[in-house]
Amino acid sequence: MCETTQAVFTLNYPRIQIPFEITLWVLLASFAKIGFHVYHKITVWVPESCLLISIGLIVGGIMHSLHEKPPAVLTSNAFFLYMLPPIVLDSGYFMPTRPFFENFGTVLWFAVVGTLWNSIGIGISLFAICQIEVFGVQDITLQENFLFASIISAVEPVAVLTVFEDISVHEQLYIVVFGECLFNDAVTVVLYNLFNHVAALEVVEAGDVFLDIGRFFVVGLGGTIFGALFGFVTAFTTRFTGKVREIEPLIIFLYSYLAYLIAELFAISSIMAIVICALTMKYYVEENVSQRSCTTIRHVIKMVGSVSETLIFFFLGVVTITTEHEWNWGYILFALLFALLWRGLGILVLTQIINPFRTIPFNFKDQFGLAYGGLRGAVSFALAFTLPDNIGRKDLFITGTIVVIIFTVFIQGITIRPLLKLMNVRKTNRNQETINDEIHKRLMEHTVAGIEDLCGQWSHYYWKDKFMKFNNRILRKILIRDNHPESSIVALYKKLELQNAMEVLDQMSGDISAAPSLISLHEERKNASKSRKKFLSSDVTNMHELLSKNMYKIRHRTVSYTNKHTLPDDITAREILMRRHTSLRRSLRAGSFHGTNAAKMSQKYFSLPMGRSLNSRFPPRRLVHADGDIESEINYSSIRHPQRVSSKAVMPLRPLNTLKEVASSVNTVDGQNEEQRGCRRSHLGSNVSRSGHLTSHLPHGSSRNCSDGDHDAWVEEPQNNSDVQHPLMRRPHWLPQKPHDK
Amino acid sequence: MGSTNSTLLKIPNVEVLMQETGFSPAHIIRLHDRFKALDKEGRGHLCPHDFGAIKELAMNPIGDRIIGAFFSPGKETVDFHTFVKILAHFRPVDKDRPKEPNSPEPINSRSNKLKFAFQLYDQDKDGKISRDELLQVLRAMLGMQVTDEQLESIADRTIQEADLDRDDTISFEEFRKACKHKRFTMFRFCIRPGERKLMLTLCHWSSELQDQHEL
Repeated sequence: MCETTQAVFTLNYPRIQIPFEITLWVLLASFAKIGFHVYHKITVWVPESCLLISIGLIVGGIMHSLHEKPPAVLTSNAFFLYMLPPIVLDSGYFMPTRPFFENFGTVLWFAVVGTLWNSIGIGISLFAICQIEVFGVQDITLQENFLFASIISAVEPVAVLTVFEDISVHEQLYIVVFGECLFNDAVTVVLYNLFNHVAALEVVEAGDVFLDIGRFFVVGLGGTIFGALFGFVTAFTTRFTGKVREIEPLIIFLYSYLAYLIAELFAISSIMAIVICALTMKYYVEENVSQRSCTTIRHVIKMVGSVSETLIFFFLGVVTITTEHEWNWGYILFALLFALLWRGLGILVLTQIINPFRTIPFNFKDQFGLAYGGLRGAVSFALAFTLPDNIGRKDLFITGTIVVIIFTVFIQGITIRPLLKLMNVRKTNRNQETINDEIHKRLMEHTVAGIEDLCGQWSHYYWKDKFMKFNNRILRKILIRDNHPESSIVALYKKLELQNAMEVLDQMSGDISAAPSLISLHEERKNASKSRKKFLSSDVTNMHELLSKNMYKIRHRTVSYTNKHTLPDDITAREILMRRHTSLRRSLRAGSFHGTNAAKMSQKYFSLPMGRSLNSRFPPRRLVHADGDIESEINYSSIRHPQRVSSKAVMPLRPLNTLKEVASSVNTVDGQNEEQRGCRRSHLGSNVSRSGHLTSHLPHGSSRNCSDGDHDAWVEEPQNNSDVQHPLMRRPHWLPQKPHDK
Repeated sequence: MGSTNSTLLKIPNVEVLMQETGFSPAHIIRLHDRFKALDKEGRGHLCPHDFGAIKELAMNPIGDRIIGAFFSPGKETVDFHTFVKILAHFRPVDKDRPKEPNSPEPINSRSNKLKFAFQLYDQDKDGKISRDELLQVLRAMLGMQVTDEQLESIADRTIQEADLDRDDTISFEEFRKACKHKRFTMFRFCIRPGERKLMLTLCHWSSELQDQHEL
């Protein structure tokens, strides 16, 4: 008998080959990303795309020397169906809507008209070059030139945004660059398909051209409408997912992807569809889903988007080394030249035309940033790589695209920061400014920004107001579960996950609350000598540096939202909001000893988020055993957001009177205990331990009770807003250290 | 423009308002619309929490001071006239204003703007910026990494630079002198409306063109 003996140890590589290799590639790219941030200085000077391509080059070099071929992963299907959607969804989802819509005209202008200008300009110039016999590229037709031109005009200003952030460019420019990048992709892909289709035709008639132009608009608008539709459907679906929180992120992703695929089915702009879908649904979805789902959605979108982009850059590096290039000095160098030239020209001309329509016109520095910051990126490469094979000079095009990308990413990416800094520095001469100047200037800038926000934007207000009315009256009722009259501050708190602020508060021990520092300063000041300090010039320079690094930037939110490689940074927002709470707390604390005054004082500071209006019903309730009303608020909120109650006990609502009663009558301890327990029965379970602890303190003397009671009085504020059941209302430092059994 | 006149008539004392503040009719109407939108319950006046509902203002480090500037001490509400008058501080400075000795200074004059800014510091309205008030503002505007000692030295330096009569506080005159630095231009302490949309509604278009003259 011939038996094949089973080996004890087998290797079955072919079975797992494909997933294994994909995983390895992604892992390698992730290691690269980790590696960059180990040494912080690198990422400051060199944009991430540079680093990724370099790593790709190295790996490509290794593979080439081993005579390996890179995995044939980057096919047309793989790119368009799997790799592009996450990138675009990432951009669309994190687009800050308000500034975006306010600059909508400018964004569209630069994205659509700018890309068209670039493509057509480069295409025609290259065609002219082709006619010159010296370069030997006469066989490239006009259509093919246009195709190539559309590929290399897709701009991806990722590195520019990071640089802009540091140099405090004003918000408008920021959003224009961000929006341009987004719509740029859409326009490029549309043009690409258009020219692809046209290039395949032997004879082009005028009628075809007009048809194609019309098609361009249909595709764009169709994508938008489609995306909006899907956005609303998603929002509507999330209305009903109250009981199945786990699948909420999944629904979001599935719907977005579905929008993309079906748009592809109808050959309308899938990028527009998915972007508009993300924009539309974000607003409603973030109200409907739980906090955790919200975080999950953001994290996953960011993760998949950045993985996708990383992989593409990585492949760029690898492919550069390993493929066979067709090199043609003239054509490629001229392509590079024209790309830069037309971009610069385009920005100049377009800005001149649109500046009269803007009352914050783009100055030269802005224009320079826009033009010089036009790095080509992932999309260009993928489009080139996936050109159909019937294009005769496909390899030439690929090589050309790679050259343009590498040049812009490396040279422009690395030099833009110093150049912008140079231009900036020439305008302001910091050493002549006094500290007074800096502080007052910043204060005034914040004031102006605040007043602008207060007035609402002038011109857009009309449309936005109409839309908001429509939104509040109709859309919100349909699409949002448990529709409450929206308090934007509450939404803000939810967004910033301030429920988890307890951990943050614990970390930043001591520095948070303004009051202790002020009080301690008070005391110090009495003891401090009145003699004037001498300030050395080095001290002053240090102060200048301190101020420039630590002063809050104007309208930080927009800037923090558009960083492509990391999640939005909410630290500043948290700090500001936490401080407002502590200032409110201070006022409340002072007021609570006096009873009713607290309510009035809190009105003055209004930083307490009020879900309901701060009406006069509020003050009397606080002092009354209004357990029913307050209780129902707690229960309501605990049903709505059960997982939001952190393990660190959310303080129960505790009317002041009860505790005072407890403190005053020591004798009837048992009776009071009963009452306390009765009152607390309805509160959240985690507080039972606390009540138990409190009662154990009672026999220890009335003076202790008073102090406990007093502490408790101001700690356990009756909260009139069910949504604000977060530990922020506690003052951690001043709490008597009670051992919680958690 | 016909509709604008009817809206104007609904606002009481609108001519006096326009004269005092220098806003054009179109601006007044826009401000009125905004006022109405903020006044969600239609009471005809605003209270602090109406302002508090503006999300971006909540994110402003000195948001509560700005809002506080609208409410004179003791008052809990703001009516439309006060609203417009305060906002008039932020109109661009009229460069060619004839200097009439008898007429009161316009609200958007340089010195009134400075007074407004001064009030943002001086919360107890005693006419001086004390060291504590300065510290509060600094604390509001700086990130949490700044230690108390650093804050104190910055405050000390600020007072030292500006305080000429050595009373450890900054009076309004000292403030004004400190801001007289040529780099410091009060021309910037004004609102510049954002991008004009390419598609404006017709009734606003003509007023926009008119405003371009004034702004």
